[in-house]
Amino acid sequence: MEGECRASQARSWGLPAGGAGRDSPGGDAPLPGSISSSALLQTEVLDLDEDEDDLEVFSKDASLMDMNSFSPLMPTSPLSMINQVKFEDEPDLKDLFITVDEPESHVTTIETFITYRIITKTSRGEFDSSEFEVRRRYQDFLWLKEKLEEAHPTLIIPPLPEKFIVKGMVERFNDDFIETRRKALHKFLNRIADHPTLTFNEDFKIFLTAEAWEFSSHKKQGPGLLSRMGQSVRAVALSMKGVKSRPEEFMEMNNFIEIFSHKINLIDKISQRIYKEEREYLDEMKEYGPIHILWSASEEDLADTLKSVASCIDECCKATEKRMSGLSEALLPVVHEYVLYSEMLMAVMKRRDQIQAELDSKVEALTSKKADTDLLTEEIGKLEDKVECANNALKADWDRWRQNMQNDIKSAFTNMAEENILYYEQCLATWESFLTSQTDLHLEEASEDKL
Amino acid sequence: MEQAAPDPERLLQPAPLEPLSHPDTGLESVVGEEVKGARDEGPGDGTMTESNFSLKKIEISVSEAEKRTGRNAMNMQETYTAYLIETRSVEHSDGQSVLTDSLWRRYSEFELLRNYLLVYYPHIVVPPLPEKRAEFVWHKLSADNMDPDFVERRRIGLENFLLRLASHPILCRDKIFYLFLTQEGNWKETVNETGFQLKADSRLKALNATFRVKNPDKRFIELKHYSDELQSVISHLLRVRARVADRLYGVYKVHGNYGRVFSEWSAIEKEMGDGLQSAGHHMDVYASSIDDILEDEEHYADQLKEYLFYAEALRAVCRKHELMQYDLEMAAQDLASKKQQCEELATGTVRTFSLKGMTTKLFGQETPEQREARIKMLEEQIKEGEQQLKSKNLEGREFVKNAWADIERFKEQKNHDLKEALISYAVMQISMCKKGIQVWTNAKECFSKM
Repeated sequence: MEGECRASQARSWGLPAGGAGRDSPGGDAPLPGSISSSALLQTEVLDLDEDEDDLEVFSKDASLMDMNSFSPLMPTSPLSMINQVKFEDEPDLKDLFITVDEPESHVTTIETFITYRIITKTSRGEFDSSEFEVRRRYQDFLWLKEKLEEAHPTLIIPPLPEKFIVKGMVERFNDDFIETRRKALHKFLNRIADHPTLTFNEDFKIFLTAEAWEFSSHKKQGPGLLSRMGQSVRAVALSMKGVKSRPEEFMEMNNFIEIFSHKINLIDKISQRIYKEEREYLDEMKEYGPIHILWSASEEDLADTLKSVASCIDECCKATEKRMSGLSEALLPVVHEYVLYSEMLMAVMKRRDQIQAELDSKVEALTSKKADTDLLTEEIGKLEDKVECANNALKADWDRWRQNMQNDIKSAFTNMAEENILYYEQCLATWESFLTSQTDLHLEEASEDKL
Repeated sequence: MEQAAPDPERLLQPAPLEPLSHPDTGLESVVGEEVKGARDEGPGDGTMTESNFSLKKIEISVSEAEKRTGRNAMNMQETYTAYLIETRSVEHSDGQSVLTDSLWRRYSEFELLRNYLLVYYPHIVVPPLPEKRAEFVWHKLSADNMDPDFVERRRIGLENFLLRLASHPILCRDKIFYLFLTQEGNWKETVNETGFQLKADSRLKALNATFRVKNPDKRFIELKHYSDELQSVISHLLRVRARVADRLYGVYKVHGNYGRVFSEWSAIEKEMGDGLQSAGHHMDVYASSIDDILEDEEHYADQLKEYLFYAEALRAVCRKHELMQYDLEMAAQDLASKKQQCEELATGTVRTFSLKGMTTKLFGQETPEQREARIKMLEEQIKEGEQQLKSKNLEGREFVKNAWADIERFKEQKNHDLKEALISYAVMQISMCKKGIQVWTNAKECFSKM
């Protein structure tokens, strides 16, 4: 675990979010992977001039090229070298693309469950192929998350969507629930792919690529349930100690996490409530419009005006629906993810505290000379490294997380504002055109009278 | 015995042959400055003749409302609201208005006035009063009659009622109406002295009673159906509108919570803090903007309510026609049967049943003298009956003619007013949208600076 820690330490500094191949030709510049994979990327990079969306670029290539073998015909031209330089400036360029889709229900004698199709496209050398398709169920995602937490206790692992929704009567296999979960799972895997360290995790690779039987046999390895349970009991005891000797910066971090967690939970509740109120408003509006049509049936002069009002209300209903769907796409899932993130952060803090506590207890043991001092000193040395490693990992990941959070929140709320602006603009246009039509008619009638 | 035409005694002067200049043309509505929210298109002036025949334009406003306590008929302490009615006359030459009368009235006196008008002008679609109790309330509004918002809306409604009367070509000349505006004390006694309650046909109030009318004027039947439909559709509309208002209120107000939480969150953020804080402020602005928006909409609802109540007034006119027609048909029937009786007596054939005829059969013939006497009596009754029928017929036709004239006037007024109301609703929506765009644009700017 230490070795890995050091390696991951090297990687978590300064690498672009998309990650780069491990077997880069050398130097500090994160060139896009091995020669063979870079060939593919050069094509992408050339296409990037026209197309900002790297996902789209990739799928264009997929249709053009045979993904399983790299054509040696791709030249390493000076042009592509220039473009490679450009590539460094755009850290968003990824070499690992994952989609989660096609939820499918499976019925066995014991249970019913849903699997999701996971498609991975990659140019990385360490992957045997460039495209993979597997099916995984929620349990498998849970396994992956636990493995990542084990391997990187003080990294901020992306959150998984909840197991159940406590709020109630939501049937496990309700369509909306499945869709929301699918999107969250998609986000989860992509966040891991974007993480400079986690993206290279072996379990992650296996999760994405292994066939069903291979995967289930791999899962069975590793510490069993009982040992994990034992660990967690020890962990709770230790974490209590760790809090006391927490360094200043982690005290601040903890303080932030506590307050952030409280606020983001409130915002989640508020946002859900707004959605609910809007839904109810929409339901009432849908009844409101048709009454005007009903009324127009018993009127003569007023009939047209009433019908126009009804159609305006109808247009506003459509605008409301659009606003609601915008919110549920752009705002609600983001806020909710950060609610889960805040729980994740608290767990990370605990784990850090635990590691610290382990060291502290050994130090205590040394000072009270209770056990073999030589052995203890050696253990303490290792633990000190471990603590330093853990703290550094967390610090770096924390900064990265803060930055991402800021961007995500900013983007989510900006979208919310945009949705509202669009909504009001649509409604405004509808009512203004109604008004113009009425005043035009009025002028028409007035001029008719004059004739 | 109700009359179809207005009693000259109750008018200040004999009504001129044509109504004076149509109230909707001419002077812009000049309503007292203190009055907020009074209808702009509602004419503020009426023309009244005074004892010296000079025509002066007048302005009426219900400018204040005051809580009072007093003793009621059962000598119990009660609280009620009194409304100040100010009348101004406008001098033609310089357009200046002079306060001529000012007095206080309570809602029950308005009701008395209206009930009086209903009796003496059954062919007129009498403008309705604003509601007695708050109905179609959405949750924020209080259903309490003492609530200041309700009192304010009622004040406006009462003013509107008086303006409608003042602009009606016939009603504006009514003496009792004039006294209502000018004679504070003793007015109630004056009204009651007219004995209008006695003249009221109780059958008009009996909503359940049905009269089998054989030949009603088809237009009135249609009008009755129309008024039923109007009442039903407007109530439905008002109910749903109240629910929509409720929901809209919820959407806006929940956004206010963002304001508070953003502000608290901004305390722990260095870069995002300012953006969050100022965005939060805009969320507060957004949340509080709904109060004014819905208050404006309440006025729209009141405009619709007026026509909801007008439906009742329409029905009253139709009912009056039905009753007159019924009386006419009964009278005609009675006459026809008397004529038949007379004929039978004269010719000696008995086709119609009469008690006399039966007793004669059983107990023997009557003497020729007796028969003569009866024939004579019948002939007199027939003559009377024919006279009555003639005058009833004439009354009926007069009623239909006058009523229909007022109904046409009403139809035009209704179409005009409701169209204006719908347009004002659109204007309100536009204003709401513009406010929304502004707030969210500001918020978006704050978010993008985070």
